[in-house]
Amino acid sequence: MANIKIPTPLRAYTSGQSVIAVSGGTVAEVLEDLTAQYPDLRPHIYDGDQLRSFVNVFIGEENARDQHGMATPVAEDAQLRIIPSIAGG
Amino acid sequence: MAVPVVTIDPAAVKLSREEVLRYSRHLIMPEVGMAGQQKLKAARVLLIGTGGLGSPTSIYLAAAGVGTIGLVDYDTVDESNLQRQIIHGTKDLGKPKVESAQETLLDINPYLNLKLYNVPFTSHNALEIIRDYDIVVDGTDNFPTRYLVNDACVMLGKYNVYGSIFRFEGQVSIFGDPDGPCYRCMFPSPPPPGLVPSCAEGGVLGILPGTIGTLQATEAIKLILGIGKPLIGRMLLYDALDMAWDTIKIRKNPTCPICGEHPTLTELIDYEQFCGVPAHDRSSYGEDQAKRPVPAISVREFAGWRSSGQAFFLLDVRDPHEAEISQMGADALIPKNVVRQRLNELPRDLPLVVYCRSGARSADVVRWLEDEGFTKAVNLAGGINAWAREVDPSLPTY
Ligand SMILES: [Zn+2]
Repeated sequence: MANIKIPTPLRAYTSGQSVIAVSGGTVAEVLEDLTAQYPDLRPHIYDGDQLRSFVNVFIGEENARDQHGMATPVAEDAQLRIIPSIAGG
Repeated sequence: MAVPVVTIDPAAVKLSREEVLRYSRHLIMPEVGMAGQQKLKAARVLLIGTGGLGSPTSIYLAAAGVGTIGLVDYDTVDESNLQRQIIHGTKDLGKPKVESAQETLLDINPYLNLKLYNVPFTSHNALEIIRDYDIVVDGTDNFPTRYLVNDACVMLGKYNVYGSIFRFEGQVSIFGDPDGPCYRCMFPSPPPPGLVPSCAEGGVLGILPGTIGTLQATEAIKLILGIGKPLIGRMLLYDALDMAWDTIKIRKNPTCPICGEHPTLTELIDYEQFCGVPAHDRSSYGEDQAKRPVPAISVREFAGWRSSGQAFFLLDVRDPHEAEISQMGADALIPKNVVRQRLNELPRDLPLVVYCRSGARSADVVRWLEDEGFTKAVNLAGGINAWAREVDPSLPTY
């Protein structure tokens, strides 16, 4: 299964879990699985059916937005992460 | 569009005998040498924010011999800053941050030419302030100023050495290179207000800005010297809990509204409106278009309710670890982020007094409760900190 790393600001909605095993062949499927496991997360990364525009999903080093967006294929052992907007200084 | 190149003429300055001694550990490295140290002396670096990130960056840049440093910060030193803002000390409480920083920096390096801007950094003064510098270091603490720094740097063709922190996580990158991405390429739009807590709301590990700020200083020095591989088109991610570093790629977005092929942003905008939040606590943003006001009760009035035996339900919406700092006899502790899932635990027939640390989170909760038909919900104005100050001085404030 692929893994997705959850940034600190969103861990409040994943019972504090930082890395979550997810299944799915595309970014869309993986996020669907993630939000099915943690429904409280859904409103924070989706606006209706759309991924919120400030949410960056990376597969390895690459931003899904620079690939094929939600249709970007996800390999069986892929390491995904959500990169948060943080502004602290 | 201007092209950011740090072109610094090392011949423009000379090092004194004392400076040669001071910088000898740099001078003996071939990557720096006399020409490099002269470049550092001729360089002008603007630090926006003299807080967690600005403390270590300014200290190291001053010590390294950067000749001209500008500091922008309108704030004064507060006790809660000292856990991480190491440029300030207990003796500086209440002083303007830029003045406190000046004392520290000139003690470290008296040859420094320091320029202080004791004002909020805004769309009105950003271009004028940045114009005189070679490199900008972004150590601000809010989204509106992050977008402002980015846009102003792209417009003026300046490198923007970005660092950002939250709790145990940090990010570092360099924006503003003509061939590289900008902050908006990575973060086209800000998070909706309230979704991402600030460090004041969410906390930050005191050491974290030391780690991230010194990386910003390192990148600024490399840009000045023209050595190594700068963090352009890459973002370094740091997780202090896992003690893990990762690098991700950031690509230039051809449709970026400021650095793309057909920019639509040609002047600075109202960044508070863009982000939907005020940029600093002296901002008037939101006063007129504020969130709907909610019914509130002062801590003194609430103390009266308590002593008169009036019935009510007291709800604490802070995080559980905050309740370890101070408590005021809540009937329930339900953190703000889960309160909407647990409405069935709350009474609808009693006055429902809601509190948090200072009254902001609880006001949001009262607004939600009203939307859900709780007609008797009221916000405890000023939160438990006001209660501690005005009613129960045995409690600490935080
Ligand atoms: Zn851009």
